[in-house]
Amino acid sequence: MKYVIIGNGPAAVSCIDGIRSVDPDGSITVISKEDHPAYFRPLISYYLEGKSKAENIYCRRADFYESSNCGVIHSEAVAIDTDNRSVMLKNGESIPYDRLCICTGSSPFVPPMKGLETVENKYTFLTVDDSFAIEKAITKDSRVLIIGAGLIGLKCAEGLRDRVQSVTVCDLAPRVLSSILDDECAAIVQKHLENCGIGFSLGNTADRFDGNTAMMKDGSEIGFDVLVLALGVRPNIGFFKEAGGACGRAIIVDNEMKTSVDGIFAAGDCVEQYDISFGDKRIMALLPNANLGGYTAGVNMAGGSAEFDNAVPMNSIGFWGLHMMTAGTYANDENAQMIEEKGEKSIKRFFIKNNRLVGFIIIGDVKSAGIYTNLIRTQADISAYDPDALTKNATLLPFGENYRRKTLGGVV
Amino acid sequence: MKRVTVHEEWCLGCHLCEYNCAFANSGLADMVKALKNQKITPRIHVEEDGRIHYAVSCRHCEDPICIKGCISGALQKGADGVVTIDHDKCVGCLSCMLLCPYGCITTDENETVLKCELCVKNGDIPACVQGCPNRAIVFEEVQT
Ligand SMILES: Cc1cc2nc3c(=O)[nH]c(=O)nc-3n(C[C@H](O)[C@H](O)[C@H](O)COP(=O)(O)OP(=O)(O)OC[C@H]3O[C@@H](n4cnc5c(N)ncnc54)[C@H](O)[C@@H]3O)c2cc1C
Ligand code: SF4
Ligand code: SF4
Repeated sequence: MKYVIIGNGPAAVSCIDGIRSVDPDGSITVISKEDHPAYFRPLISYYLEGKSKAENIYCRRADFYESSNCGVIHSEAVAIDTDNRSVMLKNGESIPYDRLCICTGSSPFVPPMKGLETVENKYTFLTVDDSFAIEKAITKDSRVLIIGAGLIGLKCAEGLRDRVQSVTVCDLAPRVLSSILDDECAAIVQKHLENCGIGFSLGNTADRFDGNTAMMKDGSEIGFDVLVLALGVRPNIGFFKEAGGACGRAIIVDNEMKTSVDGIFAAGDCVEQYDISFGDKRIMALLPNANLGGYTAGVNMAGGSAEFDNAVPMNSIGFWGLHMMTAGTYANDENAQMIEEKGEKSIKRFFIKNNRLVGFIIIGDVKSAGIYTNLIRTQADISAYDPDALTKNATLLPFGENYRRKTLGGVV
Repeated sequence: MKRVTVHEEWCLGCHLCEYNCAFANSGLADMVKALKNQKITPRIHVEEDGRIHYAVSCRHCEDPICIKGCISGALQKGADGVVTIDHDKCVGCLSCMLLCPYGCITTDENETVLKCELCVKNGDIPACVQGCPNRAIVFEEVQT
């Protein structure tokens, strides 16, 4: 059996593990556009911050590809010939496959912006090479302007703060992390970030650039030395679409991580799949899902049987000691009941639908929140549990002695 | 593999396991120095509601979901089945805390994560078990 994997991130290495758990012998070829062994993409900001050493960012040990008996070709896949089952590379090679997995993640999205070509020091923030390039461009006197107050932009701000003179973040949205937080929660996070020295210009963005100046929508001007464009990402699915594969906003997969094309699987940031908390397919571009989906794909490619049938978005981020966690579906659903717990420095919101916890946001008191994530992932009926005991503190108390005997007294 | 099993019917709620854990992992030889007037950060904790008490520490799951979510590779399951944490790699994102179904992950002041490693670096029998006065936590082989 010939396995080919396009992309070399967390989804890809988990896919290799999945294949090898079933088939120790078949040949595996990884096609990698980046010139690095698979690394943990979220660490690129921690590298800038000095919390992660460059040699510690890799997903697996240095001998992983060799010991998994897996070849790596450093090139870009540009097309798939589904009739003859082969992948065409930019370097002209064509690689035959019996089973293919697409783990291509996403690329930065940069809309056309007036005068952007006049900016010399401009970067996106998605790869470790971006991190290295930004590191070269900054000095302790640099003024950094980051466009985009989403997760990537704010993580970049955190990574850079202590290494430059100033960091300003602007976003057309009126609040930070607008895709995961509502106004009230976003205000808490923004205030904390401001106290930590990050400047904001929200509801405002750069209209055009002239060298080192951004002319803002509200008429003001922001001078900068280094510009980071963190406006969002788009899944890398062009070649799969052209081959006739079914896509929505990303590659559509089922619970076995199969695409619409025979013999082709996909996992990670480039897919959309059924979110059990949402009740429909969507992109859940987060690292746990890349690992879980990649492994599932690998097992199934090798003829084993596995399902990733409880996917939900789940995200934990912190900035200088303020942590926030979100999981499931927690926005604007009239049919969901909301239970709120507010503390001095924390806010917890639980969203309940048909006696099931479908989502939560917690800022501050995140202790043991995995107990809640587990309720979402297992779609547990929570009607029998005392709501207060459930939401005040995350413990195993509400679930009864039998559950505890099984989990704390046995093997799970 | 041997795991710490919890027998809540025997638990007195004395919290000794928490102190013994904190002491064993303090790296100090003197218990008073390690614990007195210190904010302790044990890797086991007692949950209670007045009637019920029981200790919770890492289950060393067969297929640990915390590892699937770790963004730095700090969490690993060894050949012996013990799930360990590499503090040099951990960046304190707490994704593992978001994923552990049993609430077994805690943090220290350095904002990296602490979890039970079955005292693999401290001796043969976990300190919490050794010090439990009523055999409410036991180190034993459990059948799957
Ligand atoms: C700054 C930052 C912070 C993040 N923080 C978090 C976090 O805290 N928690 C979290 O859960 N997630 C976080 N994420 C998201 C997380 O990194 C992704 O979910 C994860 O990397 C997805 O893994 P993947 O394997 O699907 O894709 P990727 O890691 O993106 O890997 C895809 C690889 O495929 C390669 N590739 C693409 N097209 C081709 C082609 N045609 N041919 C060959 N190779 C190709 C790419 O170059 C890339 O190396 C963060 C992301 C960023 C950028
Ligand atoms: S920390 Fe939690 S998820 Fe990880 S092995 Fe321990 S009990 Fe399992
Ligand atoms: S807090 Fe540390 S161990 Fe936990 S997921 Fe983040 S990096 Fe991994």
